[in-house]
Amino acid sequence: MTKKMAIIATKGTLDMAYPPFILASTAAALGYDVQIFFTFYGLQLLRKDLSDVMISPLANPAMPMPIPMPVMVQMLPGMESMATMMMKQKLKKHGVATLEELRDLCLEADVKFIACQMTVDLFEFDKSEFITEVEYGGAAMFFGFAGETDICLFV
Amino acid sequence: MNFDKEFDASGLSCPLPIVKTKKALVDMASGQVLKVTATDCGAVKDMQAFADQTGNTLLSNTEEGGKYIFFMQKK
Repeated sequence: MTKKMAIIATKGTLDMAYPPFILASTAAALGYDVQIFFTFYGLQLLRKDLSDVMISPLANPAMPMPIPMPVMVQMLPGMESMATMMMKQKLKKHGVATLEELRDLCLEADVKFIACQMTVDLFEFDKSEFITEVEYGGAAMFFGFAGETDICLFV
Repeated sequence: MNFDKEFDASGLSCPLPIVKTKKALVDMASGQVLKVTATDCGAVKDMQAFADQTGNTLLSNTEEGGKYIFFMQKK
């Protein structure tokens, strides 16, 4: 019988966007039937344009920095964009796929994307900003699949 | 070793060598052999794990001048 994996993706920053897409694309390559349930800030990962998905050094003390940076400096305007640019350069240099590429690989491998209807409404997201492959549902719909999975992760 | 198809994953990091190996195998016939070249040292264990979990056979796994060469036979 086909193995199944469900992931709940709740974060919308660049660093936390990678694990769901990496795990989902890999599991699909291994023959798993995969669904990702996107809720709260994870919904950002469903937007057609992912350029707003950023990383912040602020409140992120584990993030390796090229030079030590006091929190007072990290909060200055433009620091988030700079950190994001640096992280993207680093990812590229190491041959890590872009988020867009990983997301496309997931879709190609029939990973199902479910957007939490409640949080879409809560944050007043415009569904036209989301990729068209998204399905909308609630917690009960998620459990319909998650209840039969071999692996279920919360990211 | 003879092979029917080749795919170069040099410079690519996890999970791309595995995901793209899977894609390359899709249109191959059972018994055919895919040659994969990778530079990501993580691919060594991942390719074996991929073979173990998908039923494809990793015929060989060698290193040549910093490159990892895999021969994967489709189930």
